[in-house]
Amino acid sequence: MRTEAPATPLELVARSIRPSSTTVHAWLLLLPAMTLLALFTHWPALATFIDSFFSTPRPKRGATFVGLENYRQIVDDPIFWQALTNNLLFAIGTIPVSIGLALLMAVWVNDRIAGRTLVRMAYFTPTVLPMIAVANIWLFFYTPQYGLLAQLLSAFGGASYNWLGSKDTALLCVTIVAVWKEAGFFMIFYLAALQQIAPSLGEAAVLEGASRWYFFRRVQFPLLMPTTLFVLINAVINAFRTVDHIIVMTRGGPDNATSLLLFRIYELGFAFWDTSAAAALTMVLLTGLGAIALAQYIFLERRIHYR
Amino acid sequence: MRAAAYMIVTSGRQDLAHGEEPLAEVELRSVSKRWGEDRAVGPAVDHVSFSVREATLAALLGPSGCGKSTTLRLVAGLETVTSGSILIGGRDVTSVPPARRKVSMVFQSYALFPHLSVAENIVFGLKVRGLPSPERAQRLHRAADLLGLAKLLDRKPSQLSGGQQQRVALGRAIVAEAPVCLMDEPLSNLDAQLRVEMRREIRALQQRLGMTMLYVTHDQLEAMTMADQVLLMRQGSIEQDGPPCELYDRPASVFTARFIGTPPMNVVPATALGPLWQGLARAAPPGHGRDALSIGVRAELARLDSCGVEAKVLAIEYLGADTLIDTRIGEVPFVVRMPGRPRLVSGQNVAIAWDVSATHWFDAHTGRRIA
Ligand SMILES: Nc1ncnc2c1ncn2[C@@H]1O[C@H](COP(=O)(O)OP(=O)(O)OP(=O)(O)O)[C@@H](O)[C@H]1O
Ligand SMILES: [Mg+2]
Repeated sequence: MRTEAPATPLELVARSIRPSSTTVHAWLLLLPAMTLLALFTHWPALATFIDSFFSTPRPKRGATFVGLENYRQIVDDPIFWQALTNNLLFAIGTIPVSIGLALLMAVWVNDRIAGRTLVRMAYFTPTVLPMIAVANIWLFFYTPQYGLLAQLLSAFGGASYNWLGSKDTALLCVTIVAVWKEAGFFMIFYLAALQQIAPSLGEAAVLEGASRWYFFRRVQFPLLMPTTLFVLINAVINAFRTVDHIIVMTRGGPDNATSLLLFRIYELGFAFWDTSAAAALTMVLLTGLGAIALAQYIFLERRIHYR
Repeated sequence: MRAAAYMIVTSGRQDLAHGEEPLAEVELRSVSKRWGEDRAVGPAVDHVSFSVREATLAALLGPSGCGKSTTLRLVAGLETVTSGSILIGGRDVTSVPPARRKVSMVFQSYALFPHLSVAENIVFGLKVRGLPSPERAQRLHRAADLLGLAKLLDRKPSQLSGGQQQRVALGRAIVAEAPVCLMDEPLSNLDAQLRVEMRREIRALQQRLGMTMLYVTHDQLEAMTMADQVLLMRQGSIEQDGPPCELYDRPASVFTARFIGTPPMNVVPATALGPLWQGLARAAPPGHGRDALSIGVRAELARLDSCGVEAKVLAIEYLGADTLIDTRIGEVPFVVRMPGRPRLVSGQNVAIAWDVSATHWFDAHTGRRIA
């Protein structure tokens, strides 16, 4: 055996870089997922970010660097502000109501053991259905004259009303559809979490004389906090990326009354073909959502005293 | 520690004296519980009747699935009876909701609230009942001292060992100062040494506080060492109800005989006894043929004796103070317990005998005791 000369720093670096067969395998295994992720997520995100600083390319002249011009246009655009206001109202309307409903339904279903699977299925249907189909069903509910709502109202002697065609009610109508869709979805998470809570906790509480409400408030609700955080973040993100049923039901109308941020992006990008403006608005939306998610984690994580 | 224990005794008793029902006797009258409608499946609890005197500890003992937990939950009110009635302190509570039965319960899984601290867990029920905060603190500290939990009050249950969690569950039952305490296999999650320790602690606590305790276990040793009264269950019915020594000394059936005691009692058909039968025959209960009798003998009351029945040694288990000799009389297994360390080897032929007075007589068909 020959004594080895001490390795120079350069050799050490080279040695660590030289791929052993295991690392090669690891990279090869990661490659398909990485490629897809880079191609369809990372690259588009980066491209959007870059595009938002350039003008929209036209046949006569290509894209030129315009700095923050696209962002300035957003700020000056009254429809952006309306879409933002609409979206905030939509979020305030959907998030608490859908989470509250989900929690209520989950607790209710969890208390009744018989037929649990069937009920669970029923609640899950809205989630399984494609949003386009859902929107069509609700479109029928809201249609004036012969829609379900109109028929119900006329049975009680009420007048027909164009729910989706009126600036006063259109946003409320699409909010209700979103609540209907989200509540069932969130309920599944709550139900799963509730079933993780040992039944003996409920029995111990009953023996101690705790009412149903007391048990919910002092035991079930705190134990559901991790689920609530998860659901809340999802609800916020969903509220700001709603677009499909808006397209089917109102196309943002009447008079932009139901235009939400993502719909506005869609409109800018694919109706007006102003891709730079769309890119800039996308960046605004992404930044906003990222900030909200981060804030929720930091704020709520501290209050979840579980485990 | 002693002083604290004394305080809790006096205060516990005083509170009992203040209540309308000073007696905390538990009585079941022909209680049955059937799960579901299927007639083919027998009831989980089948016409069970027993009564537990005030301030005593009764162990509900039996093999897995015999209905112990169901019986306990019926007493707690967590399940409803199919028929029969339950009385606590002379009051019919059959249709009284659990919270108003004045019972506390320690669950097998402890049922501690994972998000609450030890202190909050212990006073949970007191808070529900709206007890004033100074009184709550007082009871909490008494219980914590008694159970050695004083240093752990701020911890969450997940930060405790099994034994500590068990004591928190006990603490929650104690502070309720309910006259009746129900326990469902509270020690089954603990290691052997801790079990022995907790067994003593629970028994001592029960006696100090004068609680009436119904204690479910499938461990006959636990039942024998702790209980004033053992309720041996089998397939939903009470097989035998009596003090531990009675179950050991006068088992009412082959089932009891073999369930109580380690090793289980030897039970041999009378026809297998060969020459030994001559000596026993004169003591045999009249009116039963030899082939209708089974004979039971405790391992420690049998001895090796040249004028006994022939047996073959299968194995020898040396336990220190004594030795178990595992033999076969023909095809029937028979264990002899002998002091010290006898010089025997497996495969050797021996002869076994016992006194007439050590003989238990059972009906070979029904398994019931005769005389
Ligand atoms: N919720 C229930 N629904 C249907 N059957 C049940 C239910 N709980 C118990 N049983 C049945 O009742 C019988 C008695 O069960 P129980 O839990 O009382 O037994 P156990 O004596 O406590 O047994 P172990 O020692 O295993 O805890 C069993 O046959 C069991 O399958
Ligand atoms: Mg059990």
